[in-house]
Amino acid sequence: MQELTFETMFAVFQEMFGAGLFWAMVIAALVVTMAYLYVLIRDRAVSWRKFLWAQLSMPVGAVVAVIFVQRITHSQFRDLGGPIDWLVLLGVAALGAVGAAILVYTVESLIWRRSHDEVS
Amino acid sequence: MSHDRTDDRTGALGRRDVLGLFGGATALTLLAPGEAPAQPIRSSARIVILGAGAAGTALANRLSERLDGAQITIVDPRVRHYYQPGFTLIGAGLKPANYSVSATSDWLPRGIAWIEEGAAEIDATAKTVTTTGGQSLDYDYLVVATGLKLDFDAIEGFSMDLVGTNGIGAVYAGPEQAAASWAEMDRFTSEGGQALFYRPATGMKCAGAPLKYTLLTDDTARRKGTRDNVRITYAAHSGSLFGVPIVNEKVRMVFERQEIDVVHNHVLRAIDPGAKTATFDTPEGQETYDFDFTNVIPPMRAPDVVRFNSDLSWQDGPLAADGWAEVDKHTLRHGRYPEVFAVGDIAGVPKGKTAASVKWQVPVVEDQIVSLIAGTEPTERYDGYTSCPLITRVGRAMLIEFDYNNNLVPSFPGVIAPLEELWISWLMKEVALKATYNAMLRGKA
Ligand SMILES: Cc1cc2nc3c(=O)[nH]c(=O)nc-3n(C[C@H](O)[C@H](O)[C@H](O)COP(=O)(O)OP(=O)(O)OC[C@H]3O[C@@H](n4cnc5c(N)ncnc54)[C@H](O)[C@@H]3O)c2cc1C
Repeated sequence: MQELTFETMFAVFQEMFGAGLFWAMVIAALVVTMAYLYVLIRDRAVSWRKFLWAQLSMPVGAVVAVIFVQRITHSQFRDLGGPIDWLVLLGVAALGAVGAAILVYTVESLIWRRSHDEVS
Repeated sequence: MSHDRTDDRTGALGRRDVLGLFGGATALTLLAPGEAPAQPIRSSARIVILGAGAAGTALANRLSERLDGAQITIVDPRVRHYYQPGFTLIGAGLKPANYSVSATSDWLPRGIAWIEEGAAEIDATAKTVTTTGGQSLDYDYLVVATGLKLDFDAIEGFSMDLVGTNGIGAVYAGPEQAAASWAEMDRFTSEGGQALFYRPATGMKCAGAPLKYTLLTDDTARRKGTRDNVRITYAAHSGSLFGVPIVNEKVRMVFERQEIDVVHNHVLRAIDPGAKTATFDTPEGQETYDFDFTNVIPPMRAPDVVRFNSDLSWQDGPLAADGWAEVDKHTLRHGRYPEVFAVGDIAGVPKGKTAASVKWQVPVVEDQIVSLIAGTEPTERYDGYTSCPLITRVGRAMLIEFDYNNNLVPSFPGVIAPLEELWISWLMKEVALKATYNAMLRGKA
């Protein structure tokens, strides 16, 4: 590869998941991010109780992300061949974990919007 | 990654992840020369490009960005564009045939003319091209990008309708043939028997592809648990398996580990579909082998228009016999006709018959032509960059990149080891390559 532009990366991702799934994921990510920002601004503080649940969802998110990537790329754990492969795998897992945490936190905040009791 | 936890998290992490995956050293070349979107140069030059494959299309897009007013004409009878690196994945049952197929017209820039005919004759002295439909095209600059000819007729006993029958595959021939090859490979790896692979003795596109397909057959049998019933023989055309010595040694080790038998100095001459035998020319005379599955890869040569109906081929030297275009290996400019260039598989240079090479060659030809028009000095050079993600099984590959000097030139030194079988290299072949290829076609990569 010679050059790496945003356009190239954009094309890479679109190709990776197919245009439909790619855009669905972009929109889902945007919606969740906006909802997350919304609850943060609305509540003006992080609720640690909700955050605990969010943390518990992280391993699930990590596993789901890894399985998703493996399915899309016809790969298995036994294909990991060197340190860089483990780093990529950990990167995927970390993305999944963080994504799941944000998602769970946001959903909790939106559903239990009246649980102001815990906000000091 | 600690900054900005709340802000656009997916975006920030996503981008970084990609940089990790595909970036490395490459990211540093973002500002490489040729990138600066210079003011288009006014020109009324007539530029004719023969072939709208990987190279011709990419060049048409780049030239039409750089030049304002130039008359660019592209000549290609084929309405379907083939992403050929995908043929290997189709042949391994990982993708459907249409994975590699798009419309030629989808990729061509606005404002150029596409003539849906073949080039039949090139008169480089009179500077005209005659098409198969009898049109005559005058040019100021000619770019030959016709790819190469798969000379299946040179294999006695072979005909295209045999593909998908009698254990005969031909992954190179096209997307449908690659799919038919998979059907046979799938059947073969279930039933067992003798698989026979080889490569031609001519120059060829993606010299790693025959090796990959051998290893993918091995992998398919192992996954099915039938490897004990399968014998795999690879008949190398020369004394080695791969032209780059350090890579050859690695491939030898992988083949040994995967229990693939290797014989040397065998060049396919004929197949007998009824008897299921293949005959090779060897230093000891002709030798015949049985097969239950084979991937026919024919000799590859310059298309007839260049080889027989033009004066553009090499007249002596190792590239003359098959008619490859006589161009300087660094500038891709013709040795005797300075307004003619060759890019892609047709270029008579010692290496570089891959789509990845096209990506490096196209900016060189673009620079040459634009400089000639603008009266400036061209600066870009092609050093033989060739890349071939050598799949060793589904899920793993080696990202092999080299140049004219047989040096390894890894894009990600210290990050992706070229001779190691890695998952990340597989990810690049399976998911990133087509996207990069498409971006290249549009002149964006
Ligand atoms: C099985 C297989 C696996 C491969 N794997 C890889 C890989 O992993 N990585 C990689 O980088 N590369 C790979 N390649 C190689 C890559 O596809 C080619 O090197 C690349 O397509 C070359 O581009 P090109 O423009 O020179 O030729 P092409 O893309 O073949 O285009 C040539 C065009 O010229 C047209 N043409 C032919 N004759 C005429 C004529 N007389 N007049 C007008 N037009 C004409 C044709 O119709 C065609 O459209 C693989 C190829 C195959 C077959």
